[in-house]
Amino acid sequence: MKITREEVEHVAHLARLNLTEDEKIQMTKDMEAIIGFADQINALEIGDVIPTAHVIPINNVFRDDVARPSMDREKLLRNAPNQENGCFSVPKVVE
Amino acid sequence: MLYQKSVSVLQHMLQNKEVSSEEVTQSYLDRIDVVDKKVGAYITVATESALATARSVDEKRNKGEVLSPFAGIPIGIKDNMCTEGLRTTCASKMLDNFIPPFDATIINKIKENDMIILGKLNMDEFAMGSSTENSAYHVTKNPWHLDYVPGGSSGGSAAAVAAELAPFTLGSDTGGSIRQPAHYCGVVGMKPTYGRVSRYGLIAFASSLDQIGPLTRDVSDAALALNLICGHDRMDSSSAFIDTPDFTTYLDQDIKGMRIALPREFMGEGIAEDVKASILSAVKVLENMGAVVDEVHMEMTEYALPSYYLISSAEASSNLARFDGIKYGHQAGDYDTLVELYKQSRDEGFGAEVKRRIMLGTYALSSGYYDAYYKKAQQVRTLIKNQFDLLFAEYDLVLTPTGPTTAFKIGAKINNPIEMYLNDICTVPINIAGLPAISLNSGFDRMGLPIGLQLIGKGFDEGTIIKVAHAYEQARVLDKVRPEL
Amino acid sequence: MGYEDYEIVMGLEVHSELKTNTKIFCDCKNEFGGEPNTHCCPICTGMPGTLPVLNGKVVEYAIKAGLATNCKINQFSKQDRKNYFYPDLPKAYQVSQFDLPLCYEGEVEIEVEGEIRKIGITRIHIEEDAGKLNHEIGGTLVDYNRCGIPLIEIVSEPDFRSPVEVGIYMEKLRTILLYADVSDCKMNEGSLRCDVNLSVRKKGEKTLGTRTEMKNINSFSFAVKAAEYEAKRQIKVLESGGTIIQETRRWDEAKGITISMRTKEEAHDYRYFPEPDLMPIITTDEQILKWKASLPVMPDVRKANYIKDYGLGSKEAGILVASRKIADFFEAGASCSKNPKAVANWIISEVYSRLNEDEKEQGPMPIKGEDLGTLVNLIEEGTISGKMAKTVFEKMWQTGKSPATIVDEEGLKQNSDEDALRTIASDVLNNNEKIVADYLGGKEAAIQSLMGQMMKATKGKANPKMVIDLLKELLEAMR
Repeated sequence: MKITREEVEHVAHLARLNLTEDEKIQMTKDMEAIIGFADQINALEIGDVIPTAHVIPINNVFRDDVARPSMDREKLLRNAPNQENGCFSVPKVVE
Repeated sequence: MLYQKSVSVLQHMLQNKEVSSEEVTQSYLDRIDVVDKKVGAYITVATESALATARSVDEKRNKGEVLSPFAGIPIGIKDNMCTEGLRTTCASKMLDNFIPPFDATIINKIKENDMIILGKLNMDEFAMGSSTENSAYHVTKNPWHLDYVPGGSSGGSAAAVAAELAPFTLGSDTGGSIRQPAHYCGVVGMKPTYGRVSRYGLIAFASSLDQIGPLTRDVSDAALALNLICGHDRMDSSSAFIDTPDFTTYLDQDIKGMRIALPREFMGEGIAEDVKASILSAVKVLENMGAVVDEVHMEMTEYALPSYYLISSAEASSNLARFDGIKYGHQAGDYDTLVELYKQSRDEGFGAEVKRRIMLGTYALSSGYYDAYYKKAQQVRTLIKNQFDLLFAEYDLVLTPTGPTTAFKIGAKINNPIEMYLNDICTVPINIAGLPAISLNSGFDRMGLPIGLQLIGKGFDEGTIIKVAHAYEQARVLDKVRPEL
Repeated sequence: MGYEDYEIVMGLEVHSELKTNTKIFCDCKNEFGGEPNTHCCPICTGMPGTLPVLNGKVVEYAIKAGLATNCKINQFSKQDRKNYFYPDLPKAYQVSQFDLPLCYEGEVEIEVEGEIRKIGITRIHIEEDAGKLNHEIGGTLVDYNRCGIPLIEIVSEPDFRSPVEVGIYMEKLRTILLYADVSDCKMNEGSLRCDVNLSVRKKGEKTLGTRTEMKNINSFSFAVKAAEYEAKRQIKVLESGGTIIQETRRWDEAKGITISMRTKEEAHDYRYFPEPDLMPIITTDEQILKWKASLPVMPDVRKANYIKDYGLGSKEAGILVASRKIADFFEAGASCSKNPKAVANWIISEVYSRLNEDEKEQGPMPIKGEDLGTLVNLIEEGTISGKMAKTVFEKMWQTGKSPATIVDEEGLKQNSDEDALRTIASDVLNNNEKIVADYLGGKEAAIQSLMGQMMKATKGKANPKMVIDLLKELLEAMR
């Protein structure tokens, strides 16, 4: 499977990764190898086998609708690199 | 020396007040101080809190309080389980300064049982890797040979047990991350059935595959550890509603008539001769004890590894998207726009292997590729599960090597992702099917590096694994017990 | 060619917050407002290692909404992750539903200019709400209080052909959700909002035109205005030889226009996949029947019943069913009244004007429906006059007391004691010889004056019909 530089750039954008020039070259190579490896499964004629998303058969796991105390805000925000007025702060989002 | 005692021995000594928890804890901290310089198992050593907790447990015991059998026992934790107030890094620059404001369910259990957390153990970044070389901090060394890797991703957890830097440790296993380092380090590593142990607070790599498990010096400690960590948790939707048996009742049992399958596919090409020989000698030991071992065919095994890499990377690409430099974790210093903040923070915070997996996972889920990769991998998953069901209709256990080779030299595979991925060939099918499995030492190769034997059980039948593994452990003859450090 | 040569095709995606006590995946309370980030925990802020556990009420409410809109129920349903980066989404994915929503293939009827139109419901799925961004000078502040508030998204078929239908449909949907008691539908708190997908095509054309999407409109009138503007804009573009670009646009209420929100980087690829942290939702026939049985009779059915059973006009019936509270109130009154139509009139003329918009839908009524029914009966039975009834009603509204109590306490009961009235009438006739003579002499209107005297003598409580009859009887006897 041939992976182009454009595909790498597109996927990197979807994943929000800023790859450097060197990283892009290496990533294109690695992706090609890894996806080539993954492509082995496409040798398998599989028909309409039901995909397994959950490996053990557990259904209907529900929580009661009963409120419990939330976390102290100061504690909640403690790891935030930037905060202001009890909020996480980010560069201005242009709407 | 105290640090040489197994968990079960320490339990007796503490309960009989032959020794205090502070003495035990201090013994480990002293050993870490000296030996971990060479091994590098820990990222963070919690010296002060460990000693303070040990003293308070001793105080409780001296007052005559009724304590858990685990009270005062030290433990080491893989650095991907959230510990409130104690830095949790996932061995990533991304979480270098992350101090969780809550405890994982497993950590709650450890604290409720008055256990002593010695520190947080090194790993491959976000549990992605098979050598612990992908740590943003340092490379953990194999205690049996310091030029070799300890395996991964729970390399710190395995090396700490092998080097006696903790009586036992916790690791996480997504595709072999407990068993493969146990194999490389000559210790016992157990991955319980998916759903046995709560994942709440385990920083996710691949949600449908991750499972916490213990790394111990022997099988009886593994049984004890399972008693500690298993059980339903309301905080985890995938937690099974199933009772936890007393796993120690499976120790010292007769294994006569046990039916064990040995799939040819895991004993063929690509499996090192020393490994094969060791597994075959283990088979002899089991047969001598009355077990029936049959060579069998197991189809689809060649598709397990690519399926695993697709499923795990897809889930990881989503699980790791939350690391965006806003709520916690690394934030880039230089950015103008929001998109730049995301991209730069993530580029700086993640290492090469994590980026590769995020890229693969994003690709496999992206428009136009979902059916060919992600969905197909989930279909293969169904087939692999069916294969195990077929085997387990006739057999009690499946036996394979834990890995195709013994430990490799540090740096030998780091630049070749595919070669690195092949180390997981024997372990990933078990995660794909959600089954329990153990790795325990079956000998050493000509370099003196440990070889691991893997026993795979039916879902929620860890007991049978413990039974056969313990019987084997009692019967096998090892020429070495502990590494020289 | 012009505006009238085009057909507008619209579909709606309505988001409604469910009125659970807690959020969809954690134990934090589901409550509007509050200081920023005070209704939050590690789970709803997506801290590493945390896991979701679904609130069972969310499933119940979503399925009830589906049943109320005539949907089929997927008895095997699952949740999926929708992946995208935005600061209001702390996990960088929204847990939603992709291919197996809880409800599908429903239908809602709306009445447009007297004609019934059916709007298809493609699906109803559950998902988590995102946080709130507060844009300040120099930066954006993120408040996660709203993160994890449970939502249902009700996706319609592209069945709308005019902007006015959009408004009627939203009003109707709101009524249904309030009847089903699954959402507060408070527009000002954003608990009901919609995305409008709109395209235009020349009349008679079969294929759909390129559509644009207007997101997060939180008022019915804005939705209508945005649709009107956007339809005209698209037609204008096409008429001048241009092409429509598929994009997201925002309604700017102040300027009265829609504005493109498209940025160059946005090629959405949500990479949906089954949420591994949440287990499938399986519902039994029994469970669905139970939920169905717990739903109240829906407004369309009630309206038809009112017209058929009580002889109400379509308009009157429509007013009564617009709010479940009013409809229930009416039914309580009508069921114990001899004149249900009069009860309806009382509600429309008196009750309605005393309630503000909020009060029409929630909170207790100051009076009981049964009491209004009784009041109407008191008039029917002649116990009180229509005029007195107004006074009684006013007292009922203020005190909540029953009409009988008020009539007693205030001594408002009509005097219908024939013997007593006959004595008074005789006195009146004796004391007003001139008026009597006028009447007997042919001035029949003179009886009104005698009537006035009667009322004065009884302090207005005399039963007027009886008084007239008595006076006539006595006067005729004097001829």
